[in-house]
Amino acid sequence: MSRVIVDVMPKPEILDPQGKAVTGALKRLGFDGLAVRQGKRFEVEIDGEITDERLAQVREAAEKLLANTVIETFDVRVEQ
Amino acid sequence: MTRVGVVTFPGSLDDHDAQRAVRLAGAEPVPLWHASDSLDGVDAVILPGGFSYGDYLRCGAIARFSPVMGEVINAANAGMPVLGICNGFQVLCEAHLLPGALIRNDVRTFVCRDQRLRVETRDTVWTCDFNTADEITIVLKNGEGGYVADPETIKRLEGENQVVFRYLDGNPNGSVNDIAGITNDRGNVVGLMPHPEHNMEELTAPSTDGRKFFSSLQRYLRALVG
Repeated sequence: MSRVIVDVMPKPEILDPQGKAVTGALKRLGFDGLAVRQGKRFEVEIDGEITDERLAQVREAAEKLLANTVIETFDVRVEQ
Repeated sequence: MTRVGVVTFPGSLDDHDAQRAVRLAGAEPVPLWHASDSLDGVDAVILPGGFSYGDYLRCGAIARFSPVMGEVINAANAGMPVLGICNGFQVLCEAHLLPGALIRNDVRTFVCRDQRLRVETRDTVWTCDFNTADEITIVLKNGEGGYVADPETIKRLEGENQVVFRYLDGNPNGSVNDIAGITNDRGNVVGLMPHPEHNMEELTAPSTDGRKFFSSLQRYLRALVG
């Protein structure tokens, strides 16, 4: 079994209320100077070998479902 | 009699209120199941409020790929009237029938209130019974109602008269340009965060401004036949 990671993040220009809330909580806890943006991580288990076709398939899945590219960016990588 | 389909997804909440509103407006509500690939010959479709598929992944993201949505997308592109209310608006954006997206309210809380709105255009299937610049009150209740889109899209929506409703008396959720609802370029698909189906009767609402959404549809469909 091989694993591919898809990271999804809100675009920089899109407001991230969750990240803002976490940033505020960290500050209240004394963790100064930390700004957080919150995204999502998908761990995709793949049957068989990771090939270029498989990676292209995961990218297509990310584009179609895992991310909304109107407001989010995504990154696909093989877990080492 | 006009037949209006109301889609029920797993997690829809306001499908029955939407059906009731259709009935109060003198049309026949037709329940449509998300897993069906038939629209049962309806004249129009309403995507109701709620939390389809538990709002998993993103609001509306999974509902958008349900079998019935394939039919709704084809019908909408062919001109059928479609109204998306709250979660239905989110589904329409995920389905790219409307541009942009809805994100979590900037205030980070669920907002529930009687919301003042201005009708910005009567040039849609669902607002032709209003007058432009009418001020109305409709229930607003959501956690993810912040409308966003890239600057070019906003410019196009504003320039092409596709902003249908705007929030008055304060922006409840951080929506760009106080946008509460928009339409596509043909004016047959409308999405908004407030819930007109809850503003049908004096007993349960401070206004009955929701009625005109449904009378607008009737008026449009009568004009088609006539």
